[in-house]
Amino acid sequence: MLSTLQPPRSLTLLPFRRLHGSKTIASLASSSPTLDASSVSPPQSQILTTRRSLLSGETTASEIAKSYLSRIRLTEPQLKCFLHVSENVLKEAQEIDQRISRGEEVGPLAGVVIGVKDNICTEGMPSTAASRILEHYRPPFDATAVKKIKEMGGIVVGKTNMDEFGMGSTTEASAFQVTANPWDLTRVPGGSSGGTAAAVAAKQCMVSLGSDTGGSVRQPASFCGVVGLKPTYGRVSRFGLMAYASSLDVIGCFGSTVADAGMLLHAVSGYDRFDSTSSKQDVPDFESQFLSMDSFESKPLKGVRVGLIRETLEEGVDSGVRSATQEAASHLEALGCLVTEVSLPSFSLGLPAYYVIASSESSSNLSRYDGVRYGNQVMADELNKLYDCSRGQGFGGEVKMRILMGTYALSAGYYDAYYKRAQQVRTLIRKDFKAALDHNDILISPAAPSAAYKIGEKKDDPLAMYAGDIMTVNVNLAGLPAIVLPCGLVEGGPSGLPVGLQMIGAAFDEETLLKVGHIFEQTLNGSGFVPPTLPNVA
Amino acid sequence: MSTTLFRTIQPNHFTLLTNALLRTRRTSRHISVRCQTSTTTQQSSSQQQQPRTSAPKNHGSNKLDEILKDYEAVIGIETHVQLSTSTKAFCSCPNSYGSHPNTSICPVCMGLPGALPVLSSKVVDFGVRLGLALNCSLSLKSKFDRKQYFYPDLPKGYQISQFDVPIASGGYVDVDIPLEFGGGHRRFGITRVHMEEDAGKLLHSDAGDYSQVDLNRAGVPLLEIVSEPDIRSGVEAAEYGSEMQRIVRYLGVSNGNMQEGSLRCDVNISIRPIGQAEFGTKVEIKNLNAFSAMSRAIDYEITRQALLYNQGQADQIVTETRLWDEGAQKTVTMRKKEGLADYRYFPEPDLPEVILTQEYVDSIRASLPELPEAKRRRYEAMGLGIQDVLFLANDVSVAEYFDEVIGKGADVKSAANWLMSDIAAYLKNEELSISDVKLTPQELAELIAAIKDETISGKIGKQILFELLAKGGTVQGMIKEKDLVQITDPVEIEKMIMKVISESPKQLEQYRSGKTKLQGFFTGQVMKMSKGKANPALLNKILLEKLNAKD
Repeated sequence: MLSTLQPPRSLTLLPFRRLHGSKTIASLASSSPTLDASSVSPPQSQILTTRRSLLSGETTASEIAKSYLSRIRLTEPQLKCFLHVSENVLKEAQEIDQRISRGEEVGPLAGVVIGVKDNICTEGMPSTAASRILEHYRPPFDATAVKKIKEMGGIVVGKTNMDEFGMGSTTEASAFQVTANPWDLTRVPGGSSGGTAAAVAAKQCMVSLGSDTGGSVRQPASFCGVVGLKPTYGRVSRFGLMAYASSLDVIGCFGSTVADAGMLLHAVSGYDRFDSTSSKQDVPDFESQFLSMDSFESKPLKGVRVGLIRETLEEGVDSGVRSATQEAASHLEALGCLVTEVSLPSFSLGLPAYYVIASSESSSNLSRYDGVRYGNQVMADELNKLYDCSRGQGFGGEVKMRILMGTYALSAGYYDAYYKRAQQVRTLIRKDFKAALDHNDILISPAAPSAAYKIGEKKDDPLAMYAGDIMTVNVNLAGLPAIVLPCGLVEGGPSGLPVGLQMIGAAFDEETLLKVGHIFEQTLNGSGFVPPTLPNVA
Repeated sequence: MSTTLFRTIQPNHFTLLTNALLRTRRTSRHISVRCQTSTTTQQSSSQQQQPRTSAPKNHGSNKLDEILKDYEAVIGIETHVQLSTSTKAFCSCPNSYGSHPNTSICPVCMGLPGALPVLSSKVVDFGVRLGLALNCSLSLKSKFDRKQYFYPDLPKGYQISQFDVPIASGGYVDVDIPLEFGGGHRRFGITRVHMEEDAGKLLHSDAGDYSQVDLNRAGVPLLEIVSEPDIRSGVEAAEYGSEMQRIVRYLGVSNGNMQEGSLRCDVNISIRPIGQAEFGTKVEIKNLNAFSAMSRAIDYEITRQALLYNQGQADQIVTETRLWDEGAQKTVTMRKKEGLADYRYFPEPDLPEVILTQEYVDSIRASLPELPEAKRRRYEAMGLGIQDVLFLANDVSVAEYFDEVIGKGADVKSAANWLMSDIAAYLKNEELSISDVKLTPQELAELIAAIKDETISGKIGKQILFELLAKGGTVQGMIKEKDLVQITDPVEIEKMIMKVISESPKQLEQYRSGKTKLQGFFTGQVMKMSKGKANPALLNKILLEKLNAKD
């Protein structure tokens, strides 16, 4: 069964592994991007492969589904990526097979096994945002994004673990379980979409839907060595996404390749009349960007202007991450890009502004969890006690802390000093990004200041954990699209830890990000990022 | 009587306030605002309350009057108008009153995780209409905010409302105080009009040991109108409220029914010694289910506060919410406010700003109907007395009916008289509204014309009026069918008179010997003989000639 999974791309071909033990082992980028296709198998789109093999009759959706389910059975005890695995996977796969055998048309995601973050509503399937207060809650409707993937034949394999309501950067704040990083089981997968990223890294699903409020797709993508795509605010409907901070939240996509993340984004994008913040901008067909390597010119990214954000390589960033980023910049240069350093003067203001805005909005958004209509209710003989106990026992520590911070920031007498000021900072950040993107097609930075750290390492030091969001929060404040893709490994774990490169684009220009990302990925020597801790399935 | 007829059919409605939810509904359907002149308003209301309230108990009305004249009340009113849109404000659930609990709900208005609000454009439309009708300036760019508090009837834990940028602000409304309350014209400032959503309802068990939540009303669109503190008495407040009701009904944005809670008024009231510039401590009064109750509650509260002032106990006037207790005819403390409630308003991130174009505003302005104030002034200019004017303009359907009747060329005063007397009485007796009657404005105009040109007598007119009201039909048809054409031929009338006189020698003798009251007898006999069709003036003229003829 497992043979139907994509074979892991050969780890032995990766040159950096030989550097294991040196201080930084991030010299992934080849100084000459001319490709030796015989030595490196380029990553492939699992969505395209699935489509091709189903239509050619090479395999069946049922076989694919079975292989993923056994993969989950095999790896889940160690990884704990899923809070719920669907009982309907095989049934849905069989239906697809029947349609194919009857010669009927199937959707572009037919047979694609998709993980969905637990804060995205799936009809009839538990959706808890990893919170005790929503334990056993089953929504009566699908999120628009989920509805779309279902309509295209995608199979929701289950609900992935996360930091409660998206609040956290390690997935340790889940009320139910701690997810391990497939690269090193003693490390965190990042967060808040930790389970979602790890499930893709561990090939428990092909692609997955996460959410990104301050980096919750991009940072775990970096920690787990997968591609994480955060679209422009408004590109994907938020209807059915349990709100953390409404003005920052977006649904994002994970895949093991840029093409997969891009095709999933294409499937879920577009205006939705149930979300008045969704955009009516046309959704281009990203698929045309995913050219095969053979068609690349020698300088396939000639003329693309890339700005390396100076402030992201300053103090507080691990040297391995820094050099991996610089190597990535060199690689882009070698592909024809015009790389220059740019400065975003407001960069360091983003983190405090983000925590004020996100906490403020979350204090409001989480008010609906009062135990009155749904979720866990603690019986009490008096109304305030019902609220106190239901919320007191239903929410975890991190959530309570943010509700308190947000409530404080919105209180009379503090509003101007905190919320209003943070909004002013937000305007400033938007302006700085706009200026930088007027002169550059994309901006690049590390996805996180470090690679994955140990479980428990920052649990009691929230400020240190918050500081880890510095690379990503500004992008949410500005509402811009960004993609994170693996660009190297640093020392740590049994065989190194992946480091992600963040590419930031202009609003609604995911196309450029996907194009550059795809070529970057395809031309990176040894670009297969497969965690070593997985059972050998070859 | 007629001036209050339409306005005062206001049964006390089933109150929305939780601690009074199970109180027996009062059955009186006709509350009339008692006649009192504005100068004696406070006095008479306190007289009324004296036996039942403790505060004014030990004071004679003269003494009380003495006290009250030293104080001035400062009153502002917040009016919540439930809009008659077909859907709720932020979802497509039907906006229907009186459905079975929790049958008009969806993930959005239940506040389920992941659900998002989407604004119905109709709400903006209605907001602009009302804003324009209240002479406000409109914000071409306004926004929604979240007002946050916990209550089980508030599914999201916040109410979507407008905080610092309402859709309309800085307007005014003109009212005419009815003559029986002193008359006069008053203008009250409108601070703002903003859009928001309603909350659900709590239903408490008989034993009080549990409560149930009905979310049918949650998310129903409201417009909140905040007045300037320009109001000075219960009568003025009631008239302000009535005008709001008229305006929303004229505009068609709400049915304005107080008993359904479609129009709710909360009163903020403080008093201060006359001449003092700063305001006194403000008290809020809720649970006002009729304008008459509002008037009485305010007058009670003025008296209560004035007495406290007078007894040197002004410090006992505290910022609080008081309820009007209809049974006891007094206000009682509902909850004391400890400091200002902090609703932690912030801009609603789920909804974009509301942007209005000038063309849109202009098109709505152009589509506004004639409003009550304009109608009143027009009727006044047509020569109608203020009593008639207030009556006719009070109810939009009566006004429309009246306008149609006079549009058909009917005499203005006759049309007003018919509507205010016989038709009003008929409606009251039958408990109908003007839109229920079968008599079309066209036919009423015909009827008036037929009487005017003496085709039929006024008396016959009255007779067939009730038939037309109940069954419809045309005046001409009925005249023909019943052979009702007035007899205006003097020869024919004289013939009948002679016949009656010759058949009543005894009465004739009595008449001629001085009992002239018997003229009525003869008139009646002739009328009877003519089946009511004899022209009364002609009849009387000829009858007198014959009776007084010395032969």
